Amino acid sequence: MKAWFRSGTPWIWLTGGALALSLVMVIGLLSLIAVRGFGHFWPSLVAETVVTNHDTGEQTLVLGEITRTEQVPAAVARDAGQFVPEGIELVERVLFKRGNRDQFGQDFVWHLGLTLDEMSFPPEVLAIERREWGNFYGYPIYLEIDGERIETDDPRFRDLTQAAVDRSLDYRQRIRRIERTDIGRTSRELENIRLEERGMQLRGVTGPDLEEAQERFARQRALLEAEFLELRSELDALYASQRRDLLHMRMSDERELTIGFDNIVRVTSPNDITVLAKIVEYFDRVGEFLTEGPREANTEGGIFPAIFGTVTMVLVMSIMVTPFGVLAAIYLREYAKQGTVTRIIRVSVYNLAGVPSIVFGVFGLGFFVYFLGGNIDQLFYQAALPSPTFGTPGLFWASLTLALLTLPVVIVSTEEGLARIPTTIRQGSLALGATKSETLWKVVVPLATPAMMTGLILAIARAAGEVAPLMLVGVVKLAPTLPIDGEFPFIHLERKIMHLGFHIYDVGFQSPNVEAARPLVYATALTLVLLIIVLNLTAIAIRNRLREKYRSDSD
Amino acid sequence: MTKILTPSGRAPGNTTDSSEPVRAGSQQEGINAMTEAMTELDEQLNIDNETIKLTVDDLRLYYGNDQALKGIDMKIPEKRVTAFIGPSGCGKSTLLRCFNRMNDLVDICRIEGTIRMDGDDIYAPKVDVAELRRQVGMVFQKPNPFPKTIYENVAYGLRLQGVNDKRTLDQVVEDSLRGAALWDEVKDRLHDNAFGLSGGQQQRLVIARAIAIEPEVLLLDEPASALDPISTLKIEELINSLKEKYTIVIVTHNMQQAARVSDYTAFMYIGELIEFGPTNEMFTNPKEKQTNDYITGRFG
Repeated sequence: MKAWFRSGTPWIWLTGGALALSLVMVIGLLSLIAVRGFGHFWPSLVAETVVTNHDTGEQTLVLGEITRTEQVPAAVARDAGQFVPEGIELVERVLFKRGNRDQFGQDFVWHLGLTLDEMSFPPEVLAIERREWGNFYGYPIYLEIDGERIETDDPRFRDLTQAAVDRSLDYRQRIRRIERTDIGRTSRELENIRLEERGMQLRGVTGPDLEEAQERFARQRALLEAEFLELRSELDALYASQRRDLLHMRMSDERELTIGFDNIVRVTSPNDITVLAKIVEYFDRVGEFLTEGPREANTEGGIFPAIFGTVTMVLVMSIMVTPFGVLAAIYLREYAKQGTVTRIIRVSVYNLAGVPSIVFGVFGLGFFVYFLGGNIDQLFYQAALPSPTFGTPGLFWASLTLALLTLPVVIVSTEEGLARIPTTIRQGSLALGATKSETLWKVVVPLATPAMMTGLILAIARAAGEVAPLMLVGVVKLAPTLPIDGEFPFIHLERKIMHLGFHIYDVGFQSPNVEAARPLVYATALTLVLLIIVLNLTAIAIRNRLREKYRSDSD
Repeated sequence: MTKILTPSGRAPGNTTDSSEPVRAGSQQEGINAMTEAMTELDEQLNIDNETIKLTVDDLRLYYGNDQALKGIDMKIPEKRVTAFIGPSGCGKSTLLRCFNRMNDLVDICRIEGTIRMDGDDIYAPKVDVAELRRQVGMVFQKPNPFPKTIYENVAYGLRLQGVNDKRTLDQVVEDSLRGAALWDEVKDRLHDNAFGLSGGQQQRLVIARAIAIEPEVLLLDEPASALDPISTLKIEELINSLKEKYTIVIVTHNMQQAARVSDYTAFMYIGELIEFGPTNEMFTNPKEKQTNDYITGRFG
């Protein structure tokens, strides 16, 4: 035993074990998220079964996706008012996603396994993804295309249904384009006229100038309003065409329902498709998740605005934090006289990294948003007051707060990078008649760029995952617009953004429909992790290229 | 400790014809040949017949409270190789660094006395240090190429002076690399990273970089001590050919090297200049006992 200790083997086991444990935890976490996140998009079967109420003997038909089954103690079920025979300790219960929230009130329902009949998977069942009220599961009765009635046994039924969906989606795009682009433009121009008018009032313009301007404003307004009316009628026509086609459905409780195609995103027959078709649909759904906006209080649809917001915010943050941190570090390391003061500054900077992030959020809200933003509004956007432009949380303040949060990381890595540059190289440059600043900028700083990139990588990793401060300084549950679009000046730093981290919190804990939100939490978490990996790999690739370029003996 | 440590094992041949390739021989042969060469060359050397490039006058240098140089008086002749020898810590590198004011970088360093180059005090307040360093180039013990291409390393000094014309740069780079006997080895990969070169090539690159800006004086601080014998040999040949154009001051630990490459030698000991004279005289007939002891390896 003693010999074993002296051989050093225990240390190998101890250190190896610690590493193995960390790996197991990381891999476990990632695979849990990955399985749940990826699994959500796989089209599942729709089961049909009969539930018997023990007390009344009443039998009801249940139709829906089986979300999961679990074992609960019999006592729990009895407390919930369910009948469980004596002598049974654990009962199985099944969670059905029966959809049709508009009709049933709740789209998820638990049933005890005891009360369930045998399951069947009728092939004619349709699963309909709707814009409102979530999924619908039911049996088709007939399809109505432009007044023509097409029965379910008609061979064209499927194709025509799909064609109607495609048409509706196409209309939807045109509608969105008009709403977002054209109507957006006219209302923006109207707003600009209002601001200009208000600006003239504020400047105290009077007399013929004012009259002339007002006349001009009236003319422009009339033009824009006419344009708006035209667009409005075009829009109404599109809406009407979209509503033309109808799908008549029957629910599991024999009630009938007519669904307009304007409300339909996707129609599938989950029990009657091949594996290949399922795979196609799977990727279609993943694609939709990544490229579409959210619906139904974020419990359905995609997360594109959140991905976009996260990336934009991280990029803006990087642009702000890198030069700032690098310059600060260069001064601290290269120019400042090393002594007590620099030591105090250095310790303070290091400690800044340990301040809880919410504190930065509070600071950002109080100083950046209210003080800086408020003053910017007073100075430059007075005409728009009292509605604030920069005096309210937004992308710029969120990025700035995160830049402050990650500043220590950048400063510390840059300083370490500078300290590692061998003095012989500096002396070599000085001996050639370079001044101190020439040496610094031509030789030392380029050599330290890999270290700066390391700082940036750490900063990105920290910033992309940060949520708490963002809730105060610019991230919202649902942002109506993206921070970058085709509208001048293209990058709108004052806009509010969505963020994946906050989206996870919002969907997971602020959502009215817990069961519907659960898989989205995993899927969003997975997206966030993947996004951070992509951002980091990009930065690492850049760093490695720089390192190759400035390869040095001393590294 | 014997100072004859790194026999490059070469017969140095005639120092005026350094391009002649030399073969490895026994150490004894080397030393014999060396002595012959020196005898042949040093007959006409006399400091009074030389043009003086640098004049050191009562130079005292302090690091904080420690005095590192204790009143040095010395004359360094133009277009000759002057070697500084002495045991570690004797102040020879410190003295070398005074010539291009590299000691300015050390905060606690303080200098009294004067150094004049062509009669002008280089420590006068109006002197532009960067300009001085352009006139007095320096090569360090460890090769320190910049993390740039071979071409950009050599062009660095010129670019600092605002020379960006491609043809001028091409010409200077080629001339300097030829001057440093490196051109043939690197002409096909001028745009590769300088770190791809071997230690000896890097050191010659650094010399090429230094001569690209045409300094008047070249300071070499143990330029071959980190190199293998073959590379050392090449550097020594290079020094020989460079002295036609430049005043060279070399610090070395290797006495054979001092004997091989230098015209004049200064022996220093604990901050003082013990003896200065033509290398031949110094090695064959030292005037001071300390010099004799050191050269013969009795201390050091």
